Amino acid sequence: MKLNSSAIPSSETFQANRRGHLEALEVIREAAEAARMGGGEKSRQRHEARGKMLPRRRVRALLDPDSPFLEIGATAAHNMYDNAAPSAGVIAGIGRVHGLECMIVCNDATVKGGTYYPMTVKKHLRAQEIAEQNNLPCIYLVDSGGANLPNQDEVFPDRDHFGRIFFNQANMSAKGIPQIAVVMGSCTAGGAYVPAMSDVTIIVKEQGTIFLAGPPLVKAATGEVVTAEDLGGGDVHTRLSGVADYLAEDDAHAIALARRAVSHLNRAKPLGVQWQSSEEPLYDPEEILGVVPADLRTPYDIREVIARTVDGSRFDEFKPRFGETLVTGFAHIKGCPVGIIANNGVLFSEAAQKGAHFVELCSQRKIPLIFLQNITGFMVGRKYENEGIARHGAKMVTAVATTKVPKITMLVGGSFGAGNYGMAGRAYSPRFLWSWPNSRISVMGGEQAAGVLATVKRDGIERAGGTWSSEEEAEFKRPTIEMFEEQSHPLYAAARLWDDGIVDPRKTRDVLALSLSATLNAPIEDTKFGVFRM
Amino acid sequence: MFDKILIANRGEIAVRVAATARKLGVKVVAVYSDADAQAAHVAAADEAVHIGGSAPAQSYLRGDAIIEAALATGAQAIHPGYGFLSENPGFVDAVEAAGLVFIGPSASAIRKMGLKDAAKALMEEAGVPVVPGYHGANQDPEHLSGAADAIGYPVLIKAVAGGGGKGMRLVERPKDFADALASAQGEARTAFGNPDVLIEKYIQQPRHIEVQVFGDGTSAVHLFERDCSLQRRHQKVIEEAPAPGMTREMRAAMGHAAVRAAEAIGYKGAGTIEFIVDGSRGLRTDGFWFMEMNTRLQVEHPVTEAITGVDLVEWQLRVASGEGLPKMQDELTITGHAFEARLYAEDVPKGFLPATGTLSHLAFPASCRADSGVRSGDTISPFYDPMIAKVITHGATREVALKQLGQALAGTQVAGTVTNLAFLGALCAHKGFAAGQVDTGLIGRDLGSLVTAPTVAPQITAQAAMVALNLMGKPDWDQGFTLWGASWREVLLERDGEPLDVGVMLRGAGSALINVDGLVVEALYGASGWSFDGAKAADWARSGAVITVFADYGVAFHVVDPLDRAASAGAAGNLIEAPMPGLVKAVFATAGQQVAAGDRLAILEAMKMEHSLLAARDGVVAEVLVAAGSQVEAGAALIRLEDEE
Repeated sequence: MKLNSSAIPSSETFQANRRGHLEALEVIREAAEAARMGGGEKSRQRHEARGKMLPRRRVRALLDPDSPFLEIGATAAHNMYDNAAPSAGVIAGIGRVHGLECMIVCNDATVKGGTYYPMTVKKHLRAQEIAEQNNLPCIYLVDSGGANLPNQDEVFPDRDHFGRIFFNQANMSAKGIPQIAVVMGSCTAGGAYVPAMSDVTIIVKEQGTIFLAGPPLVKAATGEVVTAEDLGGGDVHTRLSGVADYLAEDDAHAIALARRAVSHLNRAKPLGVQWQSSEEPLYDPEEILGVVPADLRTPYDIREVIARTVDGSRFDEFKPRFGETLVTGFAHIKGCPVGIIANNGVLFSEAAQKGAHFVELCSQRKIPLIFLQNITGFMVGRKYENEGIARHGAKMVTAVATTKVPKITMLVGGSFGAGNYGMAGRAYSPRFLWSWPNSRISVMGGEQAAGVLATVKRDGIERAGGTWSSEEEAEFKRPTIEMFEEQSHPLYAAARLWDDGIVDPRKTRDVLALSLSATLNAPIEDTKFGVFRM
Repeated sequence: MFDKILIANRGEIAVRVAATARKLGVKVVAVYSDADAQAAHVAAADEAVHIGGSAPAQSYLRGDAIIEAALATGAQAIHPGYGFLSENPGFVDAVEAAGLVFIGPSASAIRKMGLKDAAKALMEEAGVPVVPGYHGANQDPEHLSGAADAIGYPVLIKAVAGGGGKGMRLVERPKDFADALASAQGEARTAFGNPDVLIEKYIQQPRHIEVQVFGDGTSAVHLFERDCSLQRRHQKVIEEAPAPGMTREMRAAMGHAAVRAAEAIGYKGAGTIEFIVDGSRGLRTDGFWFMEMNTRLQVEHPVTEAITGVDLVEWQLRVASGEGLPKMQDELTITGHAFEARLYAEDVPKGFLPATGTLSHLAFPASCRADSGVRSGDTISPFYDPMIAKVITHGATREVALKQLGQALAGTQVAGTVTNLAFLGALCAHKGFAAGQVDTGLIGRDLGSLVTAPTVAPQITAQAAMVALNLMGKPDWDQGFTLWGASWREVLLERDGEPLDVGVMLRGAGSALINVDGLVVEALYGASGWSFDGAKAADWARSGAVITVFADYGVAFHVVDPLDRAASAGAAGNLIEAPMPGLVKAVFATAGQQVAAGDRLAILEAMKMEHSLLAARDGVVAEVLVAAGSQVEAGAALIRLEDEE
């Protein structure tokens, strides 16, 4: 039951791995640090000079003092829009308020006035999706000029654009998921509906404004000249319009009022699973950096990671002798029972069948699933196609797609091709999807993709009687390889919210535990699987 | 020995007397006022009798009620403690008339010592030295000059009606006497309307040394001296025994004089002879003079107990119940040195203003004797002396005992009121005091440096911030977890009414940075709890919004709750508007009228109801916009108030 590690921390390999991971981590840390600074020093100073708290301080002040903050999309919009929207101009994440896990969405007005870029919308919607799936009260700290006009075509019209925010608010409220807004700055145009659609709204005196059209637009439309405060300030909305419910003296007061509002929600977290007391792993999570090869192509035993992730390094491995390239088994993380599905090589038919079986077990028992994804894909070749690997793969994909237990995916290595599907990639709606800095995601490896393209090209040239030197081929492949390299990088993925964020591998256990805790706010429903191709 | 006694007192002395009574198997009856119903001295007694209101005149000074209580409970004797009725001969008479024993001297002994001038004359007769002086009616300058010569220079000329230094002159040489006298008389006439003066010997570097005596009504012994020179405005602050620099000859001379004094009045029980001593050239047998006798147990008696091993209250009970003196003079010895510091609820920076408050926390180090009449949760009320405790230490030498006192004070924890703890601590560290160079002017001379509030170390404020955030416990694994980089969190704290700029950044479980006015303190959780910049966290207490960190003699912080801020009353605006359409039935306001929040300014009749329109705030009516009888729409402005300043 107890996993035994064969790692030798003093070995050169271990140390080299560690150095490699630390380098990769440093790149992410710098990106995250830059994102945390929001719109830059000048903009931050201007914000504070107005008597407003900086957005991250607002979030911290809202949370219980000891609360963790499980931030999502910390590096969203990284290297997008000429880096004009650090963190996509909005902070989102899960933290405790009066002991209740809540989803916090906080506009960063230091970033282009908190206006919504396409990724801002996507992040806001993702935060709401997490809240809705996991039954988390939402607290919106609003300070936004609304849609970013130059990007309006990618912000306004489509289903998953700006309007969806209010659709979600209405539907979450209908499900009994509290929606609380604190207006700490502008809420213009569409933004006005965030507070208006909330169950409870607090507005800061002489800071918060809510209106469908700001003074300039009003003047243009009707000629009426009016100040922002008279048009839609805190006094107006708490005394005359009733758009807001509480008038706050300042940011700190507003946040205290929001905390008080949460204290009156009368909610309790369901017990969910059979908890047991938490126990540290026998092996230090710090060693993950040494036991996992820095080079993605070097195979390693995923149990080395499991041993550094689960309580007491205890792992009840299911079907250890069958379909060995997929490791499945039961364990606990910080006292919470989990089923772990982890890759230990390419997926064969047996592994896929075992995976489907294990998902059925966990669904039956209502045990949350953890996917440790490091997958190059399903095995290819005549033998495998003929024995029906697609049929077996489909069983696993069906099970993963239709199970109702919470799924949490951690990209710990490669995520290529159909393997991504069977291992609860983004399209399979895991409740959370996190990536390690060394992970890579793409439809196939860059080399393979370039190889496929080069083969097609060479065939064409040779059919035409031409010749293609290996130098020419290498030159042809290089841009594809480089493109894949860039686009498969976790920062590229996280910028586009293909995942919920990049995680320091040493924090894997903590992140999984916090993710699990968040998911257990929603009762685990009974699963009804689709038709399995037998 | 008595079976049951009544203690006619409160506070620490009542608790202390009860402890000895209990030790001797004597049952204790307490008396208490309204304010003291839950007091420590009541809890320390076997039974307790309510004797009246909180003011002493309604309770602890009511001899009749106390005697009645003693009779009702079957107590055989009454211990008066100190203060209140302890030196009231009328009370002693009444106690005895009721057939009870007064644990203390006879009424006549008290009377003899009660009149200060008569007592001095009596002592002079008994051969006890008194301060030389002339208090006569003859104000002839020549006569006064002669008196000064007889007393010996330097002398002090004092206005008979005087006070506050007015009409007082120090004269060092005979040739200056005439001028000084004229100016003192002139000043006295102006200030008091009475030019009469008295002449006294001027004692340089005066020290207050007193001798503990104990008599059985016939003979007496002394239990050596106490030095009470550390005084502020005649209030003793720190006392010690024996006196620094005391010689065998001096002690023998003072002891004999004290015993003579006690025997001269047939003294029974514990008493104290106070002497003024010339400390300018060391202690000399011709340099001490009788001041007065305190015919009761003194506040500072524990230092004598510490060095002699005698329980003075036990002696009081034994002698009062008819036993002879428990020890003869040659059986009494001094062992080591003892100090007592008086811990008060008082605001030292505000001129030692007596303070009150509920002691949310009170603790003393085990290494000292702490005589206290209050416990955690008790209240220092405005009705009585605001003493919290006496902190007493006893060591082999003066140096050791003083170090112990310093440590005991540093380890004393009081929350819920301001105290003089830091002042006492500063006194312990005073170089002159440490060297034994004490005189009654020491505190006055060095008051500035003794009451200077030390700057609060940032680590203390940092700890208060962690307490304010409820973060001082064992951290959970997820405490302050973040994926990348943590954020600062403001903590709204005040100290002495001043807001502090404090931010806390949790870097993860058991690790925090605290920004205190730009200085960053690191807090880490380890095997022995939290540490701040490497030093173990101080003890602390929190009571509601008040946090006290027990470092630097206790630093109190106030946690500001943003919700306490007044809701925006000003936003109610200047206008009183019609809440709905209706008829203005009456208008009471007139322009220029001063109105208070809640005043009725008009009546609106609508929907068959009369609605009073009230002033939302204090202010002045700027204009009345409608007349009675007008029909108005909802939202119509009726009355406007002047803009607020």
